[in-house]
Amino acid sequence: MPENDTTPAIEFRGVVKQFGHNTVLDGLDFSVAQGDRVTLIGPSGSGKTTILRLLMTLEEADGGLIFVDGDPYTHEMRGDKRVAIPEKRRSLVRRRVGMVFQQFNLFPNMTVLENIIEAPIHVLGKSKAAAITDAEALLDKVGLAEKRDERPTKLSGGQQQRVAIARALAMEPDILLLDEVTSALDPELVADVLGVLRNIAETTDITMLIVTHEMQFAREVSNRVLMFDGGKIVEEADPETIFTSPSHERTQEFLRAIL
Amino acid sequence: MNEAAWSWEHAAAVLPELLNGLRITVLATVVGMVIASVLGLIVAVVRRSGLRVVTMPIGFLVEFIRSTPLLVQFVFANLLFTQFPSLAVGCVVLGIHYATYMSEVYRAGIDAVPKGQWEAAIALDLPRSRTWGAVILPQAIRNTLPGLGNYAISMFKETPFLFAIAVVEMYTAAQQYGANNFRYIEAITLVGLLFLLVSYPTSLLVRRLENRLA
Repeated sequence: MPENDTTPAIEFRGVVKQFGHNTVLDGLDFSVAQGDRVTLIGPSGSGKTTILRLLMTLEEADGGLIFVDGDPYTHEMRGDKRVAIPEKRRSLVRRRVGMVFQQFNLFPNMTVLENIIEAPIHVLGKSKAAAITDAEALLDKVGLAEKRDERPTKLSGGQQQRVAIARALAMEPDILLLDEVTSALDPELVADVLGVLRNIAETTDITMLIVTHEMQFAREVSNRVLMFDGGKIVEEADPETIFTSPSHERTQEFLRAIL
Repeated sequence: MNEAAWSWEHAAAVLPELLNGLRITVLATVVGMVIASVLGLIVAVVRRSGLRVVTMPIGFLVEFIRSTPLLVQFVFANLLFTQFPSLAVGCVVLGIHYATYMSEVYRAGIDAVPKGQWEAAIALDLPRSRTWGAVILPQAIRNTLPGLGNYAISMFKETPFLFAIAVVEMYTAAQQYGANNFRYIEAITLVGLLFLLVSYPTSLLVRRLENRLA
């Protein structure tokens, strides 16, 4: 739990991640303050998505420590030895983190409503009635109240992604990870999804970590932008500065290439 | 003695006995298939998620059962478990033998569930039991239904091996009639026709299921 407002929501200390011989993160340090909206930008392979996946325990760091609200997450130091934290304790921290995926990853064997209430009932221990009430409010918020009994496969990509956002929010996370959530969508469906996210950013104080190629969205929603290259932060600034007058050469090159 | 190549009298006389035998054949297939489906699923899930000390012996056992003939297993188990009726022993052996094949069908079905489904389950912090029970298996089993049907047909066609442990299923009934009356042709022909009569429509059904699920 947050000790006070100065405890970072997320902190990486010397995090190392390798895939085979390829070192994706090489001793990465950075932290995200409570309620921050941080966008990670950079060329593909620069380690942005790996950071989100480490925070969701979908990947295991090879070195270093990750803290959530000051609590050690996957590993901790015992003396000067780095030891893995058992699944039971990881799970308690993981519960504060939610993620929305590029490919939505809704459960096709469940209805929209069942997708949303599954974890609140079986993880948070909510009653079914309470979980349904909350799920309906969330569906309303993402503009899909009338789709509650549909199968996800019957929905458009944009609608599926909005359900996935509702499903993540139903766990009442302190931290929301957004992994290229509009990249798999047809262009005309992107606006709805971004609208929903903008609304969440305005009406909640959830800490957000965003990987996106939607620079306009990054500019509107985030208060900090981190430019990654080769597993390192090469530049860090508020969005106005980074998008209008980036100081690092790699950032200038990257923004020129995608804008 | 000049016997006709085909005698309708013999055919009529043996048919009721064959139909009696068919009941045992179907019973053995159904019981065997229930055992194979449940046991195969357990084997697949344990092999996927278990520790090496568990998966190694199971893997060895599966290989062993698959590499020895069903006929030998029938006789061997029947010698080992003389206190049980041969039919019960036969059903269990059929079930275990096919469980080793079914476990592969389940494994393929589980592997076909996209990685993103597991990741979403982790992101929601679902307990392992819900991940398997509510997310993965309902999708995996859907993929395995045609395989299950095909193995049921194949098991049905292997029940004549029960002859070796004196279970009077359809083929054994035909053999007995033949031995008692010195007439085999009608009995064996009818056995073949009855097998065809059951397996062919079933295989059509399985194919329809395959198309519907595809």
